[in-house]
Amino acid sequence: MDQFLQHIVNALVLGSTYALLGIGLTLIFGIMRVVNFAHGELYAFGAYVSYALVSLLGLNYFGSVLLAGMLGLLLGAAIEFLLLRRCKLENIDEVMLIMIGLMIIMQNAELLLWGGVAKVVPTPFAQESITIGGIYLSPTRLFVFCAAVVLLIAFYLIIERSRLGLAMRATFQDRDAAKIVGVNVGSIYTLTFALGSCMAAVTGALLAPVFVVAPTMGDLASLKAFAIVILGGLGNIPGAALGGFALAAIEEFGSGYISTAYRDALGFLAILIVMVIRPQGLFAIKERVG
Amino acid sequence: MCNRKKLLAVLASGALFASQAHAEDTIKIGVSQPLTGSVAAAGTYVTNGARLAADYLNANGGVLGKQIELVVEDNKSNPREAVNSAEKLILSNKVPVMMGAWGSTFTLATMPKLEEYGVPMVVETASSSKVTTSGNPWVFRISPTSKMEAQAFAEQLSAFQPAIKKVDFLSVNNDWGLGAATEFKAVFEAKGIEVGRSETMAPDATDLSAQLAAIKNSGSDTVIVTSGVEQLTLAIRQAAEQGIKQRIITTGGSFPEPLVKNPGPKGYVTTHLLFFSPWTAEQQAANPELAKAYMDAWNEKGYPFPGLTEGFRGFDGILTIAEAIRLAGKAEPEAIRDALWKVQVKGVNGDIAFHQEGPEGKESGQNKPNIYIVQLKDGEVSAL
Repeated sequence: MDQFLQHIVNALVLGSTYALLGIGLTLIFGIMRVVNFAHGELYAFGAYVSYALVSLLGLNYFGSVLLAGMLGLLLGAAIEFLLLRRCKLENIDEVMLIMIGLMIIMQNAELLLWGGVAKVVPTPFAQESITIGGIYLSPTRLFVFCAAVVLLIAFYLIIERSRLGLAMRATFQDRDAAKIVGVNVGSIYTLTFALGSCMAAVTGALLAPVFVVAPTMGDLASLKAFAIVILGGLGNIPGAALGGFALAAIEEFGSGYISTAYRDALGFLAILIVMVIRPQGLFAIKERVG
Repeated sequence: MCNRKKLLAVLASGALFASQAHAEDTIKIGVSQPLTGSVAAAGTYVTNGARLAADYLNANGGVLGKQIELVVEDNKSNPREAVNSAEKLILSNKVPVMMGAWGSTFTLATMPKLEEYGVPMVVETASSSKVTTSGNPWVFRISPTSKMEAQAFAEQLSAFQPAIKKVDFLSVNNDWGLGAATEFKAVFEAKGIEVGRSETMAPDATDLSAQLAAIKNSGSDTVIVTSGVEQLTLAIRQAAEQGIKQRIITTGGSFPEPLVKNPGPKGYVTTHLLFFSPWTAEQQAANPELAKAYMDAWNEKGYPFPGLTEGFRGFDGILTIAEAIRLAGKAEPEAIRDALWKVQVKGVNGDIAFHQEGPEGKESGQNKPNIYIVQLKDGEVSAL
């Protein structure tokens, strides 16, 4: 029973970070139709910002998460403005090549700047875990979970309740119609990419003291993010959040009770099943037309 | 006119002779290491160690009266590139001997080229038994196989109190991790120790909570963990977070160095099988003076301290090659290969000599290195 409950706790914590990763990616894809291969690199970027500020400059971890988010926002806006806007997004091959190129450049820049040795970011919390019964949870992970939930809610409110969110949703549904009613599609694109990048960078910074910071960390993050987005339905924002939790649960329980060797395979097997049975994604309420 | 021609001819031949003499001023040793890619950090440390050994030897007069020149090629953490590096070193740089290629995968990929061109290679890092049992007479390995490590560990089982009764495994899911688990299991079973769960982790996995939760209530008293520095760090930190009560022992020679600066919960102890331990070298090293010379040279260059646990392999590899060249009396591939069988050299890890392994008539050389066991507690490393 303890093991079962421990898996639930682990899955919730891991799922919250997967959800954050997935949401940024699906937002960019849903609105801009850009397959952002550099998403994982923005995650790594956030983690390195946290490392530079906390480990090298001795700043506060919470401040570093905030700053990583802001820098991620700026970097995302810059990428959209400088790289994507110029190619007018008409040719998906070009866009993909740009994003793959960006991924390679960012990863190698990290290697050049920080070296290949993994870096550790000290946690501001106690090392001793909180225990309830036989269930263990480190304070750092608890904080990451709470922060992720707050961010997910804030993100939901931005999309569903704000004027910006309304404009974004309008662009998502029909770009030309949105233009006709006066939505500045160009700046919506910039904001979308900036917001998605910000989510990735914040996730990286949040997780920096939980994991280690290394130049190749973005590869795994990208892979997981794509899995989550496909699981939840491409461009489906609540789907990405739920997809994150679903993938974490599959990984946790699959490796706990079936086999750890197939941990990643089980996640992808689930995706294959979803693709066959519900190609629109596990959490799509109805199929989108157009 | 005639004189002038003669003069030119003399000058030209002189220049030719001079350039030839210049080329033969040094003895080239090829080095194939991953300087970029996923294992760049370790490859860079090994290369640093190799450079220090070359400096050390050159400061003491070089070998056969000539200076040693390392020709370093980046194999990019990629087996295909490892083959290219070897070809370039052998065909273009014309090295008579090589050191490489960091890890079983890159080494196994390189090996056919050694046989094709007839150039010996000293293997400084690789744990797969295949390296020395596949019948390649140009391969001389100084690092231990997983089997040797397991056997050396078995000899020291009594050092663990309370005694080990049941073990679980957490291994990186590749040839190295799975191979190590197999060899250690065989040793434990031979000693009558029960073997419990075998969990694996993908080489790039960062969240190991599911694996650890599965191990937690398995009823074992010890977990054997095999992986690289980063994953060991993650595994130990997450094991502490999840309240894993088992004793953790890591194998493979990697050390979770980040935990020295950022230790886990107070009093949490982990045990590590190392091939060189700079923290306890004074009391443990087989050749303390050489170990000290190596460490001093490393620190003088300002290389990162934790790299010492990897860099010694490059250092020992070059010492071994230089000794073989000295014994051969000439820098020619076949002579060096024959001499490698006679090498008896003091290295940082211990005394290096090769015994035969593999099919008859095509034996490879294998050294029997030392293994050091250390404990890490609250950021302090001590000898077991």
